Amino acid sequence: MTILVFELRRYMGSLMGWIASIVALLVMFMAFYPVLAQDAAMLDLFLEHYPEELLKAFGMGGELSLATVAGFFAFSFAFTQLVVGAQSAYYGFHFMSVEEREMTADFLYAKPVSRPQILLAKYGAAGSALLITNVGVWLGSFLAIDLFRGDATYELWPVVSLLLTVPVFQLFFFSLGFVVTAVSKKTVSVIGAAVGVSFVLYMLNALRRIVGGELLGLVSPYYHFDPNYILLTGAWHPLHTAISVSFIIVANFTAVRLYLRRDLRSAT
Amino acid sequence: MNAIELKHLTKYYGKVRGIENLSFDVREGEIFGFIGPNGAGKTTTIRTLLGLVFPTSGSASIFGLDCIKHGTEIRKHVGYLPSEVFYYDQMKVIDLLKYSASFFKKDCTERIHELAEAMELSLERKIEDLSYGNKKKVGIVQGLLHGPKLLLLDEPTSGLDPLMQKRFFDIVAQENKQGVTVFFSSHILSEVQQLCHRVAVMKNGNVIRLESIDTLRQENYKKVALRSYGLTAETLGLSNVTNFHHENGTTRFFYKGSAQSLIQAVAKHDLTDVVIEDPSLEEIFMHYYEQGPA
Repeated sequence: MTILVFELRRYMGSLMGWIASIVALLVMFMAFYPVLAQDAAMLDLFLEHYPEELLKAFGMGGELSLATVAGFFAFSFAFTQLVVGAQSAYYGFHFMSVEEREMTADFLYAKPVSRPQILLAKYGAAGSALLITNVGVWLGSFLAIDLFRGDATYELWPVVSLLLTVPVFQLFFFSLGFVVTAVSKKTVSVIGAAVGVSFVLYMLNALRRIVGGELLGLVSPYYHFDPNYILLTGAWHPLHTAISVSFIIVANFTAVRLYLRRDLRSAT
Repeated sequence: MNAIELKHLTKYYGKVRGIENLSFDVREGEIFGFIGPNGAGKTTTIRTLLGLVFPTSGSASIFGLDCIKHGTEIRKHVGYLPSEVFYYDQMKVIDLLKYSASFFKKDCTERIHELAEAMELSLERKIEDLSYGNKKKVGIVQGLLHGPKLLLLDEPTSGLDPLMQKRFFDIVAQENKQGVTVFFSSHILSEVQQLCHRVAVMKNGNVIRLESIDTLRQENYKKVALRSYGLTAETLGLSNVTNFHHENGTTRFFYKGSAQSLIQAVAKHDLTDVVIEDPSLEEIFMHYYEQGPA
């Protein structure tokens, strides 16, 4: 049994849970669409009663109307991103540090296998789990849209363009978790850190929507891959994408270098 | 060829000393004891040999290969039993052992069953259901299943009952007869005394003594007990006396020197009983820790 297969088996149980949650979230959100789309005028009136800041914080009240398929999908996809971000960060914090946290490093690293081989296999397993999740997001998105859009139409390409951002979005959070554990001398609480990172970056973007400007959003992948922007334009923002990709490259390069020379913690 | 060579090996964890300037060799085919109290640097030395931690300076080699540059090749021939054993809790013992064997690319099934039988280890139980002693047995089997040429044992008997300790020593002795070199770290002196050919004594990250077990035993240290009234270190008239103390009418001390001088000095006194014996290794080592170099 190779490390890759062994690691993949370890992911499988929780992976199905993550995918089921994401699909359920997409379907659940889109289930409200038919009711809201029935009377667009009533929806607009309803939203007028909420403070503008609150609507902005949740990505509503933009150029895309919630009464359209694209507008409502953009709204629901933002919450999907929150879960996908938490899952990706969880894998990033978890995939290399688990051996030290569970004190099994002395078992694995004392075997005749090099650190680059271990890293590659574990990266491959985590990457595969994220890829499978990605497939789940695609299937869940189209399932949710087609189940509840009724007679309403939407442009396919912007949705595809948005879904194509998912792997980069996942890698951003995964790389963030990876580099933090590589830099940290102590073990990190994985679930707390993953949910925290996902939520804080989400809130930064929500805050940016309220106060305006770009600065806060530049560090947040929720802004880099804003569903409203992509579903409206059908394209990724070049600068924001470049920032995300650059971060991914630098974080991975740094984390790999550190892990290859890391002193592994022992139980004693 | 030496199985292990350490040259000025030093490891600091930040500012905290792990080991400092260690230099010694372990010959192929010997059982080498590595003894010292907790925190002396025994585990750090072993983990550096395995490439689990990186040396601050100096070098370590196994079978002539540098432990950092050729770690993967070296580990094909090394069996390691850590002092604290942790495995993947959800796995069955047999699955863990098969996973362990898969790294060595050879069929270890027969050896797994042999060792499991010898150590009375149930292969079908889940790791999480095992007691600490049974997890230690898993560690022993996974350390030996691939037929290593060098065994690195870090306090291997903790958690094993006396019967299993004996079985384990028998297995180690048997492996050694077949040419396996054993590096045996422990703070239990009697087990080192029982198994090892040579021993390095560690203190504060340094080796303070490296001798064969026989040499240490023949150091001319004698443990003396005299039953007599009014005996003091001064009236005894012997030099090289340590640990002089009275207990229930008996005077006890360690003496290092010629037997002739001891007998002559003792014979001058009115004694009701005399016991002169070799101290145990434990007593010799305690002497080093209390009085030896830092």
